[in-house]
Amino acid sequence: MKQSSPARQRLTSLALLGLPLLTYPILSLPVGMWAGMPADYIYLFGVWAGLIVLAARVAEKKA
Amino acid sequence: MLSGWFILLLSTAYLAVLFAVARFGDARADAGKSIISANVYALSLAVYCTSWTFYGSVGRASSGGLSFLTIYIGPTLMLMMTGIILKMIRISKVHRITSIADFIASRYGKSQLLAGLVTVIAVVGVIPYIALQLKAIAASLDVLLLEGEADFLPWWLDSTFLIAALLAVFTILFGTRHLDATERHEGMVAAVAFESVIKLLAFLAVGLFVTYGMFGGLADVFQRAAASPELERLLHLDASRAGTWTAMILLSGLAIIFLPRQFQIIVVENVDESHLKRAVWLFPLYLLLINIFVLPLALGGLLHFHGQAFNADTFVLTLPLARGAEALALLVFIGGLSAATGMVIVETIALSTMVCNDLVMPWLLRSSGLGASKDVSRLLISIRRAAIAVILLLGYIYFRAAGEAYALVGIGLISFAAVAQFAPAMFGGMYWKQGTRAGAVAGLSGGFVVWIYTLLLPSFAKSGWIGNGFVEDGLFGVSALKAQALLGLSGLDEISHCLWWSLLTNLGLYILVSLNSRPDAVEAGQAERFVDVFRHSAQETDHRTWRGRASIDELVSLLERFLGVARARQQLMLYARGRGAVSWQKLPADADFVHFAEAQLTGAIGSASARVMVSSVAQEEEIGLEEVLDILDEATQVRAYSRELEAKSNELEQATAELRAVNERLRELDKMKDDFISTVTHELRTPLTSIRALSEMLHEDPKLELTDRRRFLGIIVGETERLTRLINQILDMAKLESGRAEWTSTEVDLGDVVRESMAALGQLFRDKNVALTAALPDRCPPVLADRDRLTQVMINLLSNAVKFVPGGSGKVHVSIHANAQRLQVEVADNGPGLTGEECSVIFEKFRQGGNTMTDKPQGTGLGLPISRQIVEYFGGNLWVESVPGEGANFIFTVPLTAPEEPQGDKKHGS
Repeated sequence: MKQSSPARQRLTSLALLGLPLLTYPILSLPVGMWAGMPADYIYLFGVWAGLIVLAARVAEKKA
Repeated sequence: MLSGWFILLLSTAYLAVLFAVARFGDARADAGKSIISANVYALSLAVYCTSWTFYGSVGRASSGGLSFLTIYIGPTLMLMMTGIILKMIRISKVHRITSIADFIASRYGKSQLLAGLVTVIAVVGVIPYIALQLKAIAASLDVLLLEGEADFLPWWLDSTFLIAALLAVFTILFGTRHLDATERHEGMVAAVAFESVIKLLAFLAVGLFVTYGMFGGLADVFQRAAASPELERLLHLDASRAGTWTAMILLSGLAIIFLPRQFQIIVVENVDESHLKRAVWLFPLYLLLINIFVLPLALGGLLHFHGQAFNADTFVLTLPLARGAEALALLVFIGGLSAATGMVIVETIALSTMVCNDLVMPWLLRSSGLGASKDVSRLLISIRRAAIAVILLLGYIYFRAAGEAYALVGIGLISFAAVAQFAPAMFGGMYWKQGTRAGAVAGLSGGFVVWIYTLLLPSFAKSGWIGNGFVEDGLFGVSALKAQALLGLSGLDEISHCLWWSLLTNLGLYILVSLNSRPDAVEAGQAERFVDVFRHSAQETDHRTWRGRASIDELVSLLERFLGVARARQQLMLYARGRGAVSWQKLPADADFVHFAEAQLTGAIGSASARVMVSSVAQEEEIGLEEVLDILDEATQVRAYSRELEAKSNELEQATAELRAVNERLRELDKMKDDFISTVTHELRTPLTSIRALSEMLHEDPKLELTDRRRFLGIIVGETERLTRLINQILDMAKLESGRAEWTSTEVDLGDVVRESMAALGQLFRDKNVALTAALPDRCPPVLADRDRLTQVMINLLSNAVKFVPGGSGKVHVSIHANAQRLQVEVADNGPGLTGEECSVIFEKFRQGGNTMTDKPQGTGLGLPISRQIVEYFGGNLWVESVPGEGANFIFTVPLTAPEEPQGDKKHGS
């Protein structure tokens, strides 16, 4: 196993993508209310769910 | 009305169900049918969600808004770093590691000192966390009982102490049921996964009840909160706390793999590495689901209890009770109990293993407290049981000492900060070969001391247990030593402050001391094996880095003492079978056996103690650092060579296959040659036989009539001509096939060639009274070819035609058609025609139309093959179209000179 498998590399890059999206300063961008809900709440759960969906697609893909 | 006894009964019943699940899991594991699937593994990871999540998150959200989410975002991101986690799992499998203390100790040369240090940090660090669970259960009980009998317990019995004692008994029954301490706890994992489902369902139920039953849905809760000036701030993140946000993500990301119970579940209890693929998304999904309703619940509680006294940590209970939903409250209580018991069980089992292997065993070994006792495995279990009780007792004491001063989350974060201290030694150990034992010891102790001073002691001070002078004014009144503003660093919350200083100290000392110290041989070898775990296979190099003398009997008795006789024998049998021996008594006491014994002991008592025990019975020769590194290096090279060899042998195989194919072809050709020779000799013999027979008759009978003589001589001349023709054609064929034929290429008018050939054979047609007609254009486009050769083809086709058509009524028609690329010549006759099979056969050598067995052969059987060769040489085709009974149509094509360069001018075979 000289090289990391593609799935592992993709998952790691997802983590590296998620880190800036879920921390400041990008986190200070959503303000106010979106559709009657706090923008921060929608944004955090939205990005989080997006990461989970992507991770599931990468991880469950048949090699 | 909820009766205390009813709650007690319900809790006991629930614990009994858990016990049954665990029993079932263990039974299935014993039967070899593990129930640990990828889903169960992923769910068992949710032991991360303790009563902190269940009760504390709502409390945190009601004061800090969305900041509670950091604790779940960190693990999501960390779990996606599957490379790191997979490496931890692989290393632990290869080295039979059973705890995080063992992991670190094993990496840094199987050091007892390091194992003990990590154990102390883990125990001290995690005790507040256990206290948190006790506090949560106690608080939830208080809420439920407030409704019923306030004091159903006798005055001398503290309910929290009772809970601690019950949990201790339950954990002991649960986790240390097995006498062998080495195997995984599959039953426990199954029960934890079951609990995870219960607590998620309970939390979602209360979330839905409050959001949609007490309020008008998510948007309604948020809008009512937005209308209140106090609650409005909870809806939005506070950008001024950006540093804390990131620090919490880092902290929780480290906690998810370094908390002893998480290490136990993720690494030690992992059955199959591929399960990680499910966990990487299912566990974050679990975290997301259990957090969706946290903020709505907090806001709902604050809105509902506005103006009253409340404890936000218990909103999940008080809200349903406020609406009289007692059944739901009970479900929530069971969910919270699940969360707490799951954590306590796994955590104390993990800690008790560490305490037993890394604190008590080394002390027993040193003080020879073991004496000559025959079977230590029972002692091991007893030590673990005692450790569980002591740990829970310590948790209770911490709860009494400092528990009241903090909210749930505050206590949990203290523990997170403690286990974060393992990060430098762990990551360094997995990825940095230069990290040394001295560095790890220095880093861990430095970080631990800073943690104690900046976080643990202030938590005692806050509850008034010890004086708080060192927090307010600094130690000895030195303001630079203020516990929560070291060197004047202020403006951070206490967790970030501690994390910053402790990790800085830890990492700094680890790197500095590592760079300035030299590892010994064992340590360097372990470093190599840990960092390059994917390159070194399991035991490939182990037995080469050990030299010495040992005796089978001593090693076996050692195994029997620590594993128990039955289990030791069973493992020995398996091992012996693996080496192809009939029984283990017959095995040599070589390095491989010593390693087997050490690995078995490592599973039972940890790597450090195992090493001490094995070296007590085996005389090991010292191997120098350089030599160990050489051996490991060599092993890597050997693997590289073997890969090269494999590639070479693949190439060889390929070459062999090619050779075989060529050989096959040669054999075929050889057979064809044999066939050819036998056919040729047969063809030559036929005319020779008739010549010889007639000559003999002429020779032996002088009185033969003149007319007969002339007839015989005529036949002889004819047969000789046929013979000559045959030989000429064979020679021609041979020349064509060998490529030695001479070709001259000129521009040829095919029409002329056809006309000449027809003229040459005109007499033949007239003799047989066959009509020869032609439809030829005046001028044909020129083709590049050998005129004589084309004439030969044409004459062959015409003479074939005249041979097969019936005399008198026979007709032969020749025509030429031109198109853009080629000229097409057709020779059509009205002879007997050819069957489909014959159409292809007549182009083979010595095959003729008609029945050669009965009819006299009418040709040599070489004309058509030669003609086809000639036509193909010039880039054309020769074939026949025929319907039996209606004549045959021989067609050949020759490509035109323009537009493309003809192939005709190149010498064949050159």
